Amino acid sequence: MIIRGNAHVFGNDIDTDVIIPARYLNTYDHDELAKHAMEGIESDFYKKVTKGDVIVAGSNFGSGSSREHAPIALMAVGISLVIARSFARIFYRNAFNIGLPLLEVSEDIDSIKSGTPLEVNLDTGLIKELLTNRVYKAKSVPQFMQELLSAGGLMNYMEKKIK
Amino acid sequence: MEMTITEKILALHAGLDHVEPGELIMAKVDLALGNDVTAPIAIDEFRRHNGKDVFDRQKVVLVPDHFTPNKDIKSAIQCKILRDFAKEKGIENYFEVGAAGIEHALLPESGLVAPGDLIIGADSHTCTYGAVGAFSTGVGSTDLAAAMMSGKAWFKVPQTIKFVYHSSSNGRLKDWVYGKDVILYTIGQIGVDGALYKAMEFTGDVIDAMNMSGRFTICNMVIEAGGKNGVVIPDTTTSNYVNQRVKRPYTVFASDKGARYENIYEYDLTNLKPQVAFPHLPENTRNIDEVGRIDIDQAFVGSCTNGWIEDLRIAASVIRGRKVNTNVRMIVIPATRKIYQQALKEGLIEAFVEAGAVFSTPTCGPCLGGHMGVLAPGERAVATTNRNFKGRMGDLRSEVYLANPAIVAASAVLGRIGSPEELGIEGGVA
Repeated sequence: MIIRGNAHVFGNDIDTDVIIPARYLNTYDHDELAKHAMEGIESDFYKKVTKGDVIVAGSNFGSGSSREHAPIALMAVGISLVIARSFARIFYRNAFNIGLPLLEVSEDIDSIKSGTPLEVNLDTGLIKELLTNRVYKAKSVPQFMQELLSAGGLMNYMEKKIK
Repeated sequence: MEMTITEKILALHAGLDHVEPGELIMAKVDLALGNDVTAPIAIDEFRRHNGKDVFDRQKVVLVPDHFTPNKDIKSAIQCKILRDFAKEKGIENYFEVGAAGIEHALLPESGLVAPGDLIIGADSHTCTYGAVGAFSTGVGSTDLAAAMMSGKAWFKVPQTIKFVYHSSSNGRLKDWVYGKDVILYTIGQIGVDGALYKAMEFTGDVIDAMNMSGRFTICNMVIEAGGKNGVVIPDTTTSNYVNQRVKRPYTVFASDKGARYENIYEYDLTNLKPQVAFPHLPENTRNIDEVGRIDIDQAFVGSCTNGWIEDLRIAASVIRGRKVNTNVRMIVIPATRKIYQQALKEGLIEAFVEAGAVFSTPTCGPCLGGHMGVLAPGERAVATTNRNFKGRMGDLRSEVYLANPAIVAASAVLGRIGSPEELGIEGGVA
């Protein structure tokens, strides 16, 4: 699967209170959550995202609470992929469980700037900066996570398993 | 093959003789928990995928505790979704506001978590129950939905890090130093991703000498180091606690002598001082005497981390006979109804109210900036909670400092972050 979109770059330890502040958790309406995505670090983020865009971040992305509202808000605002040095574990499972792909990169991705157009091949893990043709290689997505993505999330996967 | 307690519990629930770190397993769960923030999404998923009955009416637990008593209409709708679902599916462990409390204190108190259990909860602090020798971890709403339907969840078997805490005075910590300081100190040492994806096993004479509330506090905050679960191997302190509450058989596991650890950290805590975590990460810890002058606007004692009766006793022992500083709002919230009643019996509520604090019914409220004590721009709080992320308790420009209940209570009186010793109080309450 090929993903094309512009990068939105963030630093380390982007926690779930930043991704979607707790005061908005009194609802799980996707459009409402989208409006407040990343509000803890960038106001009006939703106005800056074009459908298909990619988040590029440092280590420990999604740390903190278990709120699935975090990956939901990112998907709802139009983010198609998050690339990071590492992910907090509950965010990691939540994202794959709802069908939001994540890529872990151990290479230096600090040179990717916000606004850079990227082309990402999820199958090979190759991330290409379209303006410079510079290529980064992500760690391969574990087999089980690939199965979750192709099933369209955990619930579909479990349904198929039960049948 | 020799295994850790975490590996043994996972293997048993996956129907395997042996598991290896990194292995992906599908395991049966003994308990699946949701609250008013996370369960509505799970219930929605459950219904969308034509879920009929939950896998076990006794093993699904629903606790409205975050925005309760309902803080606004949206929260009321979320809670109604839980209530209606619980009635429709005959869920036995639904806790209505009057019976409820903060889930991670309520479940152990109600005897719902036992040694050897495998527990998932759609709340990151579900790791708390490791204190009774269970494998317990936070998951998301979709995991909860799948577990409500199938009774199962997927896990990657974590590597285990062992923490050995010593004190040369028979495991005793200094006055006014508690489990909260042990875990804050540990996070300060290893960092907020120091245990990412890993199990944290807590041992040593300090743990042996520690009461259950201290152990719950430690396990509660493993997520703040990125940990998957925290665990204490059951001993007589555990069995004394559990046997008064759990009304079903359970299995006690221990780590084998030859079990493999990813790392072993040993700390001498003989001279450990109270710890304060500065904004905006729990790893920004300092000793209390290195804090400097930090004036505060709010002091909060409560949450799933430090809302236990022992915590209220500690705070009350500092506040009794004194007055909350006129520049400070002090808020005290017991974690459960039983703790509330006990505080009432012991005269703790009177001590707080007399001093000028407010004492509320159980809720997660202020810890996550939900309600009952939200901060304005530029305000500072010292709190017994677990997270001090940017905007955690309110406006993005507010600040949260994490500390133990004695420090929070003393700070409420002083108007700045400080210790009971500065108030001339000697001898800490255990």
